[in-house]
Amino acid sequence: MARNPVTWLGSPTFPKAAKAALNDTQLRQNLRKATGTIRGRRAAAVAEMTDWEMLRVAGEQIKDDVLARLDTLLLQLEESVTARGGVVHWARDAEEANRIVLDLCRAENAQEVVKVKSMATAEIGLNEALEAGGVHAIETDLAELIVQLGDDRPSHILVPAIHRNRSEIREIFQRRMGVEVSDEPADLAEAARVYLREKFLTTKVAISGANFAVADTGSIVVLESEGNGRMCLTLPDTLITVMGIEKLVPTWQDLEVFLQLLPRSSTAERMNPYTSVWTGVTPGDGPQKFHLVLIDNGRTATLEDSVGRQALRCIRCSACLNVCPVYERTGGQSYGSVYPGPIGAILTPQLVGDMHDPLAASLPYASSLCGACFEVCPVRIDIPSVLTHLRAEVVEAKGRTAESVAMAAAAWMFASASRYEKAQKAGSLARFLAKDGKITSLPWPGSKWTSSRDVPAPPAESFRTWWRKNRG
Amino acid sequence: MASAKEEILQRIRNAKLPATPETVRGYNRTGEGGVELFAERVADYRAIVHAVNDVPEALQRLQGKRIVAPQDVPPEWLIDGVTWLHEPLTIEELDQADGVLTGCAVAIADTGTIVLDGGEAQGRRALTLLPDYHLCVVRADQIAASVPEALQRLEPTRPLTFISGPSATSDIELNRVEGVHGPRALEVLIVT
Repeated sequence: MARNPVTWLGSPTFPKAAKAALNDTQLRQNLRKATGTIRGRRAAAVAEMTDWEMLRVAGEQIKDDVLARLDTLLLQLEESVTARGGVVHWARDAEEANRIVLDLCRAENAQEVVKVKSMATAEIGLNEALEAGGVHAIETDLAELIVQLGDDRPSHILVPAIHRNRSEIREIFQRRMGVEVSDEPADLAEAARVYLREKFLTTKVAISGANFAVADTGSIVVLESEGNGRMCLTLPDTLITVMGIEKLVPTWQDLEVFLQLLPRSSTAERMNPYTSVWTGVTPGDGPQKFHLVLIDNGRTATLEDSVGRQALRCIRCSACLNVCPVYERTGGQSYGSVYPGPIGAILTPQLVGDMHDPLAASLPYASSLCGACFEVCPVRIDIPSVLTHLRAEVVEAKGRTAESVAMAAAAWMFASASRYEKAQKAGSLARFLAKDGKITSLPWPGSKWTSSRDVPAPPAESFRTWWRKNRG
Repeated sequence: MASAKEEILQRIRNAKLPATPETVRGYNRTGEGGVELFAERVADYRAIVHAVNDVPEALQRLQGKRIVAPQDVPPEWLIDGVTWLHEPLTIEELDQADGVLTGCAVAIADTGTIVLDGGEAQGRRALTLLPDYHLCVVRADQIAASVPEALQRLEPTRPLTFISGPSATSDIELNRVEGVHGPRALEVLIVT
């Protein structure tokens, strides 16, 4: 079986990548500024809603209902889309989905296609697959364009170029667009407008993702801000939409919950500037050919895990990234996947579906289990519980390793007061190994611990020794 | 060999998920509503808002401009002194117009949103997308209080566009900047 492109080929494990990222002070500054801004604004947007908790509960229940009836609802969606002139395709994995989309582009003789930002197409590596097949995909979302022109990788679900500040973006635009532009965000947005205008007006095939698909009406919903989405969904002759099979809601009424939860959680707005809804093909308005590609790519395997399956409720708002202390310090690229942050730490390993994969197995540990992600999640995904559940799976996959031996030894030591005290005395020797109050490498088996994190040096005198001397 | 569709459906069935209880919809279905709240929320997006009694008089602001208008706008909106552009229009013609004048299907007070459904006085979607300026006329009775109320009034199978302010982006340092690909200026006339 081909590898799942949800993780990037050749990416190091999370601790290795994080260590490198932590040394990048520019990255940390950019992230601290951006996530700090959005955290405050989201809190204000949510505080305005007196019924926020009830909306979260409804969001959770609707999505759980979708997962429980997924087969029926998918068939219903297929039927309603087909009845309105659309064509539905099914893909087991990334490779199959990419082949379907490439064939559809070729059938339209398209050498170039415009794209609306889509996590599903990023997950399956569609752009690379199209390029290999001779079709160039132009990203039209501003942040995606910054990533594409910078030959970079995304680092955030909503704002893939969040790791770039305005002067870095200016440099990329000047180099790749061949224009003079200031580092004012308004000027940078104008440069993108001019650069893409001609493409929007002339390109015949567009590719999008979907935020929601309504099973009983066949309506597809895309939320966006810039109008690049409307351009792609309205002007071309052919529209190809790629979506994960879990993106459904059962009825039109259910959207009333998610159209309130998503904008406030993601861009901290009462409503995003543009939301487009279309159902199959409308004569005389918009693309006259519509294809919907439904992808599994690890989702049905995730569905089998009674604890882990709640990750499939995710509506890709990215609120969990913005509040995560680990994400804020390591940046999104350390996660080695299009899905970074807390949701990535539980979704990516499950989509990969192999805890022997070193990167996938390292992701459930990319968290301090502080729980901030659960607090803000609009569909109440209990990310900390899924993280600990997946950690257990990692341990099980590893079998009896040096780490599990070291942990067993630690348990034996902590179980007895005298053994603990002896170990502490031995530990005070470690001060000789410590620099700046931190131990960066312990001898084996402790090295299993310090290879991925530093240990604070023990004090010269342990609390137990001090107590006996002074109070005992 | 089973088709992708059969295989995916079979895998879903193999997971044997238990049925879930009925969704509890304890959230608010309605809200305070009203022209004032709608006007305030639209203005928050840095759109320009006016409450007007007389639409033709308010449209004097379009004097001397080349403005796209759907065929079925009320005839009194088509005032003299404006070059009105009607369908059929090419993409280039739309792109070069100074602006577009439309009505709407529904508006939402809570979120300051206008919804177009391609119905009366709205035209196809490209009309309100390519011109750089959109002037939208909203009748007071079209304003729903909340998102749930608005969705109830809409026909989902029509092509819908929800518009909340001018086009914008938060992609540079997560700061909102108005004006990217869609109309960079949105002006709303609320008829009271």
